[in-house]
Amino acid sequence: MALQTPTLELAGVAPMLATPASAARGYWQSVARRLRRDPVTVVCGVVLLLIVISALAAPWLGLADPYKTSMIRRLRPLGSPGFWLGSDELGRDMFARLIYGGRLSLFMGVTPVVCALLIGGTLGITAGFLGGRVNMLIMRIMDVFYAFPSVLLAISLSGALGAGAENTLLALTLVFIPPICRVSESVTTQVRGFDFVDAAKASGAGAFTIVRVHVLGNVLGPILVYATSLISVAIILAAGLSFLGLGVKPPEPEWGLMLNTLRQAIYVNPVLAALPGVMIFMTSICFNLMSDGLRAAMDVKA
Amino acid sequence: MLLYALRRLIYLVPVAFGVSLLVFALVHLAPGDPISAIVPPDAPKEVIDKLKEYYGFDKPLPVQYFRWLAVTLTGDLGTSIGTGRSVATEVGSAFGNTIILAISACLLAFSLALILGTAAAYAKTRIVDRLVTSIALVGVSVPHFWLAIVLVIIFSVENRWLPPMGLGPENATGWRLDWPHIQHMILPTIALSVIPLGVMTRTVRSTIKEILSMEFVTALQAKGMNDRQILIHVLKNAAPTCLAVMGLQAGNLIGGSILIETVFAWPGTGFLLNSAIFRRDLPILQGTTLVLAFFFMMLNLAVDIIQTTVDPRIKRG
Repeated sequence: MALQTPTLELAGVAPMLATPASAARGYWQSVARRLRRDPVTVVCGVVLLLIVISALAAPWLGLADPYKTSMIRRLRPLGSPGFWLGSDELGRDMFARLIYGGRLSLFMGVTPVVCALLIGGTLGITAGFLGGRVNMLIMRIMDVFYAFPSVLLAISLSGALGAGAENTLLALTLVFIPPICRVSESVTTQVRGFDFVDAAKASGAGAFTIVRVHVLGNVLGPILVYATSLISVAIILAAGLSFLGLGVKPPEPEWGLMLNTLRQAIYVNPVLAALPGVMIFMTSICFNLMSDGLRAAMDVKA
Repeated sequence: MLLYALRRLIYLVPVAFGVSLLVFALVHLAPGDPISAIVPPDAPKEVIDKLKEYYGFDKPLPVQYFRWLAVTLTGDLGTSIGTGRSVATEVGSAFGNTIILAISACLLAFSLALILGTAAAYAKTRIVDRLVTSIALVGVSVPHFWLAIVLVIIFSVENRWLPPMGLGPENATGWRLDWPHIQHMILPTIALSVIPLGVMTRTVRSTIKEILSMEFVTALQAKGMNDRQILIHVLKNAAPTCLAVMGLQAGNLIGGSILIETVFAWPGTGFLLNSAIFRRDLPILQGTTLVLAFFFMMLNLAVDIIQTTVDPRIKRG
């Protein structure tokens, strides 16, 4: 769950910068084609789609009530009649809770990255494009956040803010802004050095127009690829915070929280206690492979 | 060299100032005031006011900050609201335990990553490369706190091979290098090492692959050197990049051991932080975060300096 150094992430992305913005449409089409031809990415995409759709459509799938407790049907093993994935420590249907759990777990993982992408991306592009003092100011503030190990920052922030889903979202967003900002800043600085930016300036285009027309098309790809690589980290971190009791509160179904409450059951029904982690693992590995596939598909000259 | 180190150190001053500001803000981000968390809700107002005055919470924020900073700079991190003991002592003893675990996890992760990554980069068959890449992928994707639980289930619940929690045998004080203590360390070490193992394996593999495609390798081969002699040159060139990532991973491992320490009840900084959060012991939360962030900064500085020392290509600009 450690954030990798953005500079390393950038290594593979640099050749893409040579793609002129005017060819963007053809470029994205070729990226989509490459993605479709990559079997690993396709399989991961399908698995993720299944998890997302079943989580969203959970109320209409005819599942058991994920909140309905039963004192006499606690910790049923896998394959019991009526509970084919068993029941948890309060007698709630495990299968229903795992499916419903995807709602919060995915939401808590994806939202911070999206928010951080918007905020960090804007800050980074601003810093990279304007340079000078603005760059100094923004990047030095980011350095302060970089002085903390990412997990520590997330836990200290949500620990201070108190338990709750909103605070977890806030803490995780704050954790992911600096790395996205750094990546955005460094790609923007590279793009700013190209002749077409100078040409646009010479032709009298305003800063906003240059960013919108010439810069954004060239930097969005690398920033997006980097952001997707953060999703799996975010999902694990969000689940981790809930696992510590800092995130989602019971009785909501959420994979990290389920791992926490089922921990007391490891002596009674160990397989059951490990199930929520399998869901986290599966989701995170799919996001990682998808991100790798996306990177490979975009790491080419059109 | 010394000048470079000094310059980097001076550069850290504004960052350290920002860090202290953020850590100070942690306490004031908390809902309600820090005192209300520890006194019963029906406590008389005089008692609350007296406590506020004792802890200095009655002053305006900027005054509180500079007073706190001045005291902190002397090495005094305040008093734990929960136990009444000095925060510095509590964090100090926990930090030692965290470091012990971190060192063993780093040793395991880095040595394995070096072997696996090099093997994958040199692999003539795709199977070896695929296998290593998969291990690395699992390393970066697995929720390590879940892996910790799975390890406990396999090695402590199903089979009584290893103890499920604690620093050492009961009634033992502090960590010692003997067999019972090492037994307690095995599971947490494995659980803690998976992330750095994954990240480092990826780094080592891609760095060595890149170096192997460079012209100087062909030149060495043409000169008649054998693979083993060339490997030394390759590793020398891979060292700076790997060192940089290693430093970052080591720091993240220390900061990120909170979840693992909680699962194994390992009495380190993470465990301390976690219990402080639930007792709303804000001085401990503040102190632990500050010490860990400071250590992380120093570690990054050290890596930076080592990197410039071993790699003459980096200009000390």
